[in-house]
Amino acid sequence: MLRVDYLSVGGLPPVSFVVAPQECLAVEGPSGSGKTRLLRAVADLDAADGFVYLEGAERREVPGPEWRRRVRYAAAEPAWWGANAREHFPAAAKLDRLIPAIGLEPKLLDRPLSELSTGERQRLGLVRALADEPRVLLLDEPTAALDAEATALAEELIRFQILAGRMVVLVSHNPQQIARLAHTRLVLPGQGQAAILARVAA
Amino acid sequence: MNYMELSATDLALASLLLVVNGAISLAFRLGLAVSFAVAALRMGVQLAAVGFVLNFIFAQTSPLWTLLIVLVMVLVAGYELVQRQERRFRGWLAYGLGNATLLLVGGLATLYAVVLVVHPSPWYAPRYIVPILGMVLGNTLTSCSLALQTLTESAVRERPAIEARIALGATRIEAFAAVLRRALNTAITPLLNVMSVAGIVSLPGMMTGQILAGADPAEAAKYQIMIMFVLTGASGLGAFAAAFAGVFLLTDTRHRLRLDRLTKPA
Repeated sequence: MLRVDYLSVGGLPPVSFVVAPQECLAVEGPSGSGKTRLLRAVADLDAADGFVYLEGAERREVPGPEWRRRVRYAAAEPAWWGANAREHFPAAAKLDRLIPAIGLEPKLLDRPLSELSTGERQRLGLVRALADEPRVLLLDEPTAALDAEATALAEELIRFQILAGRMVVLVSHNPQQIARLAHTRLVLPGQGQAAILARVAA
Repeated sequence: MNYMELSATDLALASLLLVVNGAISLAFRLGLAVSFAVAALRMGVQLAAVGFVLNFIFAQTSPLWTLLIVLVMVLVAGYELVQRQERRFRGWLAYGLGNATLLLVGGLATLYAVVLVVHPSPWYAPRYIVPILGMVLGNTLTSCSLALQTLTESAVRERPAIEARIALGATRIEAFAAVLRRALNTAITPLLNVMSVAGIVSLPGMMTGQILAGADPAEAAKYQIMIMFVLTGASGLGAFAAAFAGVFLLTDTRHRLRLDRLTKPA
């Protein structure tokens, strides 16, 4: 269980929510309402007041790198440091299963990253985020650069992660995607409003 | 050792070359004549002042005088190190990092060279400590400055890639591995270049000075080799220490990237 208690990010009102295993929480809100900052704070990439517990352990009780191996933030535009995609995956990653599952050719892994399209890089970024099986996935607009077909494959992969017992927090601007994937919705307030936490109507 | 002492007339004669430069600048309206005069005057006054100060300090027998000039040299070098950075650490961190690195590396390398290699008596004799520390600090300052400059610049430019590694569970040293390697490379390459052409393309200043002062060239070469070892060793260690300290200042104990600790470039 992921429990966020009064987490307050850079002057925004504090937010509390709970995500259980096999559950997906969608985070919505206007631009500038702090969706990305909230996910970054949960992954402890930015300092924030308040508490985040994973299976009973608060983030400060766990070394930062260890926390981020369990609570994984995947940026909307994944960044790369090597020449090709393969260098970015742990050696034990099940790439021969994951890469076709997201509709990519395995040979893309060895191409220079600059030759890949934005959509291909975004899909590789999603695979990279879940390849070492973190407990929590914090996905920041994971399908923003994808067409309908690739989006369907990416959603299938995310759904599989949920069914496998992981906790997913999803930032998305697509109401249909939220209806398809999320069990709960968190609407971040604009100026001077309170956060709304609601079940998604089935 | 005996050497040809220079008189004031000799210095005036040497400066004639600069006067010719000034005349050329005036004739062709390069506008450099005044700059030439100011820079030449400054150099003359600075070096003369250093000569007098060293004369005074060499005449003292108390090690406290040696300690005092060592501290002054380190503080000035630390200040210069910070001034050379385009992006600096906020507040006292910048000067703390620079001075600590230079004092530690420069001080240790100088002590090592003087006490164990040259072993004059008394060991704190400023005649040996001050010139060697001066050369060590000058070189270490350059390599530290290059290492820090590359480190902070790359950290800002490659922020997304560094944060991607951190988000995937890397420690701060793992996340900075590529940047660290580049910073150390940039800092150490000039040292290797200087060593590999020393004596062929350039006759090092200290060796030239000793030969002019009447020393046996073979003895001067031995001294120069010793100094090169110490300078290069100290510069490499300085770059290493500054870059690692820089990574620790650019991140916090939660292994988060903290670019907020850097100032914007002016």
